Amino acid sequence: MELKNLKKQSDYQWLIKPTGKMRVPVIIYADESLIREMDEKVREQAVNVAGLPGIVNACYVMPDAHWGYGFPIGGVAAFDPNEGGVVSAGGVGFDISCGVRTLLTGLTIEDIEPVKNNLAEILVRKIPAGVGSTGKLLLNQNEMDEMLVGGALWAVERGYGNSEDLKRIEEKGCAAGANPQYVSNEAKKRQRDEVGTLGSGNHYLEVQHITEIFDGKIAQTYGLQKGQITISIHCGSRGLGHQIATEYQKKMVTTAKEKGIELADRELACAPINSAIGKQYLGAMRAAINCALANRQVLTDLVRKALSSLLPKAEIKLLYDVSHNTCKEETHTVNGKQKRLFVHRKGATRAFGPGEPTLADEFRDIGQPVLIGGTMGTASYILAGTAECMSLSFGSSCHGAGRSMSRSQATKRWHGKDVVKNLAQQGILIRSPSLRGVAEEAPGAYKDVNAVVEAAHNANLSRKVAKLMPLVCIKG
Amino acid sequence: MGIRGKGLTKEQAFEQAALALTSVITSIDKVEPEQKVAITCQAIDDELLLLDWLNTLLYEMDTRKMLFSSFEIHLDKNTLNAVAWGQRIDIQKHQPTVEVKAATYMELSVRQDESGTWIAQCVVDV
Repeated sequence: MELKNLKKQSDYQWLIKPTGKMRVPVIIYADESLIREMDEKVREQAVNVAGLPGIVNACYVMPDAHWGYGFPIGGVAAFDPNEGGVVSAGGVGFDISCGVRTLLTGLTIEDIEPVKNNLAEILVRKIPAGVGSTGKLLLNQNEMDEMLVGGALWAVERGYGNSEDLKRIEEKGCAAGANPQYVSNEAKKRQRDEVGTLGSGNHYLEVQHITEIFDGKIAQTYGLQKGQITISIHCGSRGLGHQIATEYQKKMVTTAKEKGIELADRELACAPINSAIGKQYLGAMRAAINCALANRQVLTDLVRKALSSLLPKAEIKLLYDVSHNTCKEETHTVNGKQKRLFVHRKGATRAFGPGEPTLADEFRDIGQPVLIGGTMGTASYILAGTAECMSLSFGSSCHGAGRSMSRSQATKRWHGKDVVKNLAQQGILIRSPSLRGVAEEAPGAYKDVNAVVEAAHNANLSRKVAKLMPLVCIKG
Repeated sequence: MGIRGKGLTKEQAFEQAALALTSVITSIDKVEPEQKVAITCQAIDDELLLLDWLNTLLYEMDTRKMLFSSFEIHLDKNTLNAVAWGQRIDIQKHQPTVEVKAATYMELSVRQDESGTWIAQCVVDV
């Protein structure tokens, strides 16, 4: 992205003033180097979002932003229902509630190193991953509807975890306002056998070790210590979410036209929050959030069982579970007034800071954990939400490294076998059903996660707490 | 990732776009045409019909756990009748790379170029 179109406000904050059809400015949080790496399409897409009805304050762009579908990935936009605000299926994305969950294990690197190979093999056997994989649960119509209303709570009630887990999931593991009635039979059919599956592409399950602590006080509260082992799961709402997004996006193209909403791009298809389609989408989208939460909860149970045989002293507790493709109804202060807004985060993580009343008790004084996934060969980070972030970006931060290269470019540049071999030499075991998939996900195809996190930290979107490095990565 | 089908007819371009869709996931030559699935789609224009065709294939792949490698399409105004041949996913054999989440409106186009060749294309979300 060219800097000449941006007004520098600080080393980590850049502005595009409203012109033409823009209703609000665009604010980009990144350093100069990350901005230069961003595609010009990111600017174009953020400008388009800034022109949607009822948008509040600004369209915010996170440091890991890249070219998306309609909305940039790494885009945040809040809409006021009382000002004609809209909800957009494309603004949430096709993998609704895709997110990261990090588990604490109570184990150290010394516990893992001698059994690392066995651990990788057990995880491959126990965790359904990749295209066409199915879970052990087969849901009938009633069970499906209960899962879509209950989320992780539904899974815990069926024995997949415990009530302590629920305290460490956004909305205590259950998104309110989910309505399975607005989820099509086709979407439900896709999910019948996919609960407890990882998926594919950039989804993974990773065993990591903590290599650096940046904020001792917060790390202690989160339960993080250098040398300890964590396990992170990155996945979403599987086929159900993809089907809901596809169907409602199609409906919203028609609704936008009927409501006189001019779309610069059909991927921006949206409907007024207070319209029938808007309400139906929100009911279905929240059901998909619950699907993703149930999915990550069942996967957590599989991890617990897989580790219990090999490493019986492991005590798996949730650090936190974040979703980074969502639209959530939240209260924010706008011009000194409290407003209920619908905050779209597409490839962006909620990062609520200290004092937020909706946070669990243990996080209320320090801010919520913000989980940032890296690549299979680079660091992941745990950050904490900041008080400043609430006004900077409606309490949002980055979500990962963000791609810098297309999948086809990556396969031309790397061979899967070489990527696996090189990472093994660095002590990182990769297990994947597809070597082409490994090449497409090669660490070099992503931006420098360290630079992304540094920018998020310096922009005050979230505070660095700990750095994690991969030991074993199960790719879908 | 972008996919593009080209052909002497609109039907051929739609068939080639479907082959390109499978190619995102695996090598087409690994997928035997053992089993057939009938597909019907309707839409108000060619572009939306292409989108429906590709998204219906994704639905059939996901619910049947299949991959498709051969297609026969008949277009009648805004209705598409097709048969897709393929086989059940075998992870060892097909080594599927990635699930395609959806065919999108991005770069969506169905058109004829100057030489009369039909082109059917869009970006798919993976």
